[in-house]
Amino acid sequence: MVRHSVLKFLKIFSFTSILFINFTFVAAQKNDTPQLDMTVKRGVIKPISLAVPSFIKESGANSIISRELAKVISNNLDSTGLFKSIPQSAYVSMPLSFNTPVQFSDWSIINADVLVMGSVGLKPDGRLEVKFRLWDVSQQKEIGKGKQYFTNSESWRRISHKISDTIYTRVTGEGAYFDSRVVFVSETGPKDKRTKRLAIMDQDGANFRLLKHPPSLVIAPRFSPTTNKIIFTGYETGKPRVYLMDLSSEEITSLPELKGMSFAPRFSADGSQIVLSMTENGNTDIFINTLSTGVKRRLTTNNAIDTAPSFSPDGKSIVFESDRGGGQQLYIISTQGGDAKRISFGKGRYATPVWSPRGDLIAFTKIKEGKFHIGVMRVDGTKERLLTTSFLDEGPAWAPNGRVLMFFRETPGRAGAPSIYSIDISGRNLRKIKTSSFASDPNWSPILN
Amino acid sequence: MKNIGLAFFVILLLVGCENDKSFKNSLDEAQISESDIEYFQNLVGDTVLFTVDQSGLRPDAISILNAQVNWLKEKKFLPITIEGHADEQGTREYNLALGARRATAVREFLLAKGIEQDRISIVTYGKERPLRVCSNEECWSKNRRAVTVVGKKIVE
Repeated sequence: MVRHSVLKFLKIFSFTSILFINFTFVAAQKNDTPQLDMTVKRGVIKPISLAVPSFIKESGANSIISRELAKVISNNLDSTGLFKSIPQSAYVSMPLSFNTPVQFSDWSIINADVLVMGSVGLKPDGRLEVKFRLWDVSQQKEIGKGKQYFTNSESWRRISHKISDTIYTRVTGEGAYFDSRVVFVSETGPKDKRTKRLAIMDQDGANFRLLKHPPSLVIAPRFSPTTNKIIFTGYETGKPRVYLMDLSSEEITSLPELKGMSFAPRFSADGSQIVLSMTENGNTDIFINTLSTGVKRRLTTNNAIDTAPSFSPDGKSIVFESDRGGGQQLYIISTQGGDAKRISFGKGRYATPVWSPRGDLIAFTKIKEGKFHIGVMRVDGTKERLLTTSFLDEGPAWAPNGRVLMFFRETPGRAGAPSIYSIDISGRNLRKIKTSSFASDPNWSPILN
Repeated sequence: MKNIGLAFFVILLLVGCENDKSFKNSLDEAQISESDIEYFQNLVGDTVLFTVDQSGLRPDAISILNAQVNWLKEKKFLPITIEGHADEQGTREYNLALGARRATAVREFLLAKGIEQDRISIVTYGKERPLRVCSNEECWSKNRRAVTVVGKKIVE
């Protein structure tokens, strides 16, 4: 195995190149701070009313793409629960050209707060040119600068996600997350004979694809934050063991130092290390492994079960679960070692802690009185909030903006099976992600490049 | 960087290996037939059960394991793999660790009774391979188990 080349080779991989240009139009505004008077944090929110007409078709563009661009943007923004699209059938007019002045009265009469105006054209070299502007209807002014994108025509969906991210960011002030993907486990077959396959899809469930690997059991894939790789647990040798997969070639690499039983791996934010648990003589502890050198360092030496570790974004701490105090609880330990500090104290068992990419919260699974919950707490263990409850909710995964979680929910009984859901960290907007098979163990990529 | 696929379960059922002297002897001794496997599973008992979230061996488990020991001492050189399992009422990673504890508890017992260390492999499946599929204690109690699989050794 050629270790050194691994990281060198894997510069951030963008699977399509998208060029975008800001362009100024009349009185453009300066930045991406929230432009509308909207409070996301209040208990009850009135969604922002959104109009996204089909994109104006310019030179040679396909009318399906011009419609679909608008549809994907509406779906993305509606999925946040913060926006509500007005159906196109309610529009009193449709924009005819990208550069004609907006008839604001046509949009205020249908109570639109925000108008998205876009166009799509096909360049002679085969690239798509997509432009859009965002308008505040009541103020009759543009929100931020217009943007222009060039890409190959297969990538139109990613343009929709990028435009959605720009709109979401400008209007809410939150970070972007639509132009991202989810890696997960696709499950088929009966409950006592499940076949599990690694799979990948866009965050909205589109572009579902199975990844190539030996047919043995696989568990919990996780993205590298810096390279186009995932790490997962597989049973190729007959025992659970951690492997890397390069997503561009789907080549799998084993890490010799993780022989034995290793599982529950996660990357550090800089992608250079993984934290995982290994079992020796029946005892499971936490280890940190440096990918470039293959040097493995033991972090805990307790004879309790220490597992499900997750790095803090600054790389200085690890949150993990341990039953050292009798039941499963959450602990934080320095990556340099030392004593672990318990942070969860509520009734029940706490498991699968995941540090938010913003650094402010830890998401977890909680088991209490026979029910499973997804919850969040502050890093010091205070302000615990349970967001969901069911027979089995498990495995929270953060969106790149630290604002939305995905997890999987399994139904009980003989026909019981898992599906992936998303929920806002406010506890609102629980949504099932449509997948073509049963689905579990979601993990969210960083924003794509 | 050749990938993994090569190393799979090796099921040592006295096939091939003619040219491997040191192995041959073991395998001759370790002949196992379908009826042996059936006998072990049904009359000796290949499965021991555990209490919720525990890996301690209960009295019912110990009597089964004693029978396993007697049988395994007759079938010298026969390799075994102990699979540890958990029910669905826990999280995936924890259940993997719990299954490993259960398989290890069985391994320690067999070792203490004189079964040779190099015959025994262990593996945990956590909650990944339930035997029974209902979602109540009737099934869960059967899924919290360690299974001794004879004639199988994990080669990494």
